[in-house]
Amino acid sequence: MIEFTIPLADWINDAFEVINYHLSPTLRAASRFIGEIIEGFENVLLWPPEMVMMIIIALLVGWLANYKIGIFTFMGLLLVYGIGIWDETMSTIALALSGTLITLVIGIPIGILASQSSILERIVRPILDFMQTLPSFVYLIPAVMFFGMGKVAALVATMIFAMPPAVRLTILGIREVSKELVEASHAFGSTRWQTLKDVQLPIAMPTIMAGVNQCIMMALSMTVIASMIGAGGLGNVVLRSMQSLNIGMGTVGGLGIVILAIILDRLTENISKKMNKEKQVQ
Amino acid sequence: MPIIKVQNLYKIFGKEPERALKLLKQGNSKSDIMKDIGVTVGINNVSFEVNAGESFVVMGLSGSGKSTLIRSLNRLIEPTSGAIEINGQDITKLSKKELAQFRRSTISMVFQHFAILPHKTVLENAAYGLKIKGMSKKDREQKAQDALDMVGLKGWEHQYPSKLSGGMQQRVGIARALATDPDILLMDEAFSALDPLIRKEMQSELLEIQNKMQKTIVFITHDLDEALKLGDRIALMKDGEIVQIGTPEEIMMSPATHYVEKFVEDVDRSRILTADMIMQKTSTVVILPKEGPRVALRRMQESGISSVFVLDKQKKLIGIVFAEDALEAVENKETSLERIIREDVPTALPDTTLRDMYPLLTGKNLPIAVVDEEKTFKGIIVRGAVMAKLAE
Repeated sequence: MIEFTIPLADWINDAFEVINYHLSPTLRAASRFIGEIIEGFENVLLWPPEMVMMIIIALLVGWLANYKIGIFTFMGLLLVYGIGIWDETMSTIALALSGTLITLVIGIPIGILASQSSILERIVRPILDFMQTLPSFVYLIPAVMFFGMGKVAALVATMIFAMPPAVRLTILGIREVSKELVEASHAFGSTRWQTLKDVQLPIAMPTIMAGVNQCIMMALSMTVIASMIGAGGLGNVVLRSMQSLNIGMGTVGGLGIVILAIILDRLTENISKKMNKEKQVQ
Repeated sequence: MPIIKVQNLYKIFGKEPERALKLLKQGNSKSDIMKDIGVTVGINNVSFEVNAGESFVVMGLSGSGKSTLIRSLNRLIEPTSGAIEINGQDITKLSKKELAQFRRSTISMVFQHFAILPHKTVLENAAYGLKIKGMSKKDREQKAQDALDMVGLKGWEHQYPSKLSGGMQQRVGIARALATDPDILLMDEAFSALDPLIRKEMQSELLEIQNKMQKTIVFITHDLDEALKLGDRIALMKDGEIVQIGTPEEIMMSPATHYVEKFVEDVDRSRILTADMIMQKTSTVVILPKEGPRVALRRMQESGISSVFVLDKQKKLIGIVFAEDALEAVENKETSLERIIREDVPTALPDTTLRDMYPLLTGKNLPIAVVDEEKTFKGIIVRGAVMAKLAE
């Protein structure tokens, strides 16, 4: 039998070392920037007394979605406070939401561009497939290599994990807009940008919002996994309970994540519903 | 004056349009070319002209290339070869920027499924073309409002399209197209998605708008009745070629090919035939005041009829005289017809369709007098002749 081996692992290790060496200053700057965003967010959340923050968040949710979800949010946060994981929950919110924010800031423009050019879409698609199917533990490693242990690496891993649905659903939403509407817009002399701004994006909005919702959910689930590389927060509670076989602590951490997930899910769902209703999109 | 002049237009869909075009011009058949290099010929050497203010209908079944043709006129589809002159300018040579300008100012389009923006109000939709043009909000809303008033949507400005019926949505589509005040209106199966009653209503309203605004309209349809109703001229398309161009009468009465003949054979001819096409021009009349009851009676006896129309010297219709009245007058030795003329005569204008004359033809067995607006007598229509013409 012929000896046949491809030293893929070695190649990639070498490549990463080279990249890491040359990009190091840039990475450090990026790392500091991202770190500041997360920290700032966390500080804001933890700054006022818990009760005040609870009311602020509940009111904000109630205003963005509806009062029922606002009440649910308040009760949920009260429970979180009661079971003693307030700080961890705020830290997870900060990480998940800043991760989502950065993901969307990068992901939606990529989606928009890819929807306008089939060449770009053909390039983007396999990358997205790769990002989505690669086990998330695998890219925890390069994240740590480039950014070191901690929240920044966790956020980068979160970004890789949560970006595909945002990009995909943006592309889908824009491509889905009826051909006749786009044609009509062209027939009246619209430029590409005008068509995008006045026709494609507003009509694609519900689908894009579904992408945002998924993005938040995936970011949240990733912050748990990323606790292994020092993301902290609720994931850390779960991780510690696993290490010490403390089923009570595990339940507390899990409950916190579930409450957070429900609040964020209902919130984004209702925001997009509200948007549709206002715009009367069928 | 032609406003649109299309010359030798070709559109070939597929990978090697140039090669296919060459083969096509060498006289190879479309099906052979399709087999050889796998392209589809959408438009095959089409030439025609549309005059300013004319309503030009392109009619054909699906796949005949009519949709491709109308989209070539504003280059939503790029033609493969040929020239399209609009207002004397070959629009196939326009740059991207010039093309956008041309679409904003000269030509607008109404779509089969309305293509109304669901997230904008009726007013915003009507103002869409003007917004693209860069007009200020106040000006464009004023113009959009005028256009909406014209299509009968006053009071609906602030509704969203989902609240509107299909017919009303298409009115928004028409208002949007009219608001930019274009020279040419392209209508792509604009009424095909509407139910029959609404469709008829919209057709009539389009004719009214056309009368008022004198736009040039290019209307695509697969419905011959619609084509006959709306078209000043009709171009019949088949397999990417124009088979015949002509007025509705020409298409109906002298089909150029067997295909056209098949097409028109089921049409209700009573909607096409007009009074001046079926009337007898040489008919028996009496002239007042020089001819009296005696002459009238003799004329009727000679022609074997029981009544006769009475005209004055300027050939204006006065009335009708019946044989029995004339006989009585002769017996009474009257010399003038005045006393026995009956003035309630069924009349029709020369362009009245046969369909609209049916009520006049039923009941009393009177002939119909065809007169113009000044009451000048043109001819008569008798039942027998109508039957003969319908059976032709």
